[in-house]
Amino acid sequence: MASGSTIDALGQFELHPILGSFGETLCLSQSPLFMVIAVALVLAFLYIGMRPAAVVPGRLQAAAEVGYDFVRDLAVSTIGEKGTAFFPFIFALFFFILAGNYLGLLPFSFTFTSHIAVTLAMALAVFVISILTALRFQGLGFFKHFMPEGAPMALSPILIPIEILSFLSRPVSLSIRLFANMVAGHVLLEVFASFTIMLAGLGVVGHVLAVAPVAINIALTALELLVGFLQAYVFAILTCIYLSEATSH
Amino acid sequence: MRLTPRFLLSAAPLAALPGRAVAEGMPQLHFGDPLLQGQVVWGALIFIIFYFILSRSALPRVARVIEKRDARIKKDLDLARQSKKEADRAHQELLDAKEKAAESARADIQSIRDKAKAEADAQSAETASRLDQEIRAAEKEIAKARSDALSHLTDIASATTATLTERLLGHYDSDTVTKAVERARS
Repeated sequence: MASGSTIDALGQFELHPILGSFGETLCLSQSPLFMVIAVALVLAFLYIGMRPAAVVPGRLQAAAEVGYDFVRDLAVSTIGEKGTAFFPFIFALFFFILAGNYLGLLPFSFTFTSHIAVTLAMALAVFVISILTALRFQGLGFFKHFMPEGAPMALSPILIPIEILSFLSRPVSLSIRLFANMVAGHVLLEVFASFTIMLAGLGVVGHVLAVAPVAINIALTALELLVGFLQAYVFAILTCIYLSEATSH
Repeated sequence: MRLTPRFLLSAAPLAALPGRAVAEGMPQLHFGDPLLQGQVVWGALIFIIFYFILSRSALPRVARVIEKRDARIKKDLDLARQSKKEADRAHQELLDAKEKAAESARADIQSIRDKAKAEADAQSAETASRLDQEIRAAEKEIAKARSDALSHLTDIASATTATLTERLLGHYDSDTVTKAVERARS
């Protein structure tokens, strides 16, 4: 919120304890609360949507099936037949992030995907799972991918460290991409919203001018809807790509 | 536009929290914050529960509905294909029956036509022979009548000649008349 002439664009990312001292002891903030809400919404979407189990689906069931098919196609087309084993994981990731991103667009809500700790935890989970999968499918042959095939041996002292570095940077880029996108979007929304309040303090002229940031915020909200989907999609598809690399060869 | 992040130090409610690491900058980077650490643990727990509910219950449920539909569609398609095959066969049978009926009708027509033609031929032949007979009988009668007429001609001519001669001369010689008529006839 705006206070004086400064804009506090980052205060929205602060964590506050919920449920009083009980929550404080358990380190419960609004972030886990919104995670629970997101998960509950996704599960409600699936369970309520699929309740009719109709051969000719209604709107909600069709939507649930589209969500299912979308992620399934994503997983199977990228990873191949082995992708069906990872499908629930990809589905969970995609809808967890998507619901988190979209929940954060509601006023008075909290965007847990705007916390690097959360996105890094998810990215590290993907990283660890892809390494374990690679070790299971390729055994120790996994490590020879750090030396690109066909490259001259003389270059190996340079290539191997570069390959290892690029491999290790995966969780970093994966987590920072989502985190930075969500933070940037919410900071922008907050900044323009604050402009409206600040302009409103300038009298009649300000009231008229204050319409502009509101209009920008409406456009930004639309953009955020796109970004929120896109980031969930990117996270899911990169996970699929890492897992497909791990299962192939 | 001055984007000055307001720091946590200035936030009274947070400053009042005891034992809480208060740092400047982005709240996301206050890794010492127990709430921040807590959200990772809670998040992991929530995500794992989410994953298990999805993989054990929610997603199989969707899969079952979709499989059921696919099976149903396949069954209906098979049924439709089967029905089409039967309909095609029935249609073919109908066509065959029609063809056969047309064939037998044609054969019937041909046989009736042949029979009628044979009858007509027989009848005309009979008529022709009857007419022939009648013509022959008539011809015979005519010939007979002619020869009869010719046989009487001499008598009539002699009588006529005798009468004429008697009118002209007052008398007649029957031998002379007969001779003269014979002479005229030949």
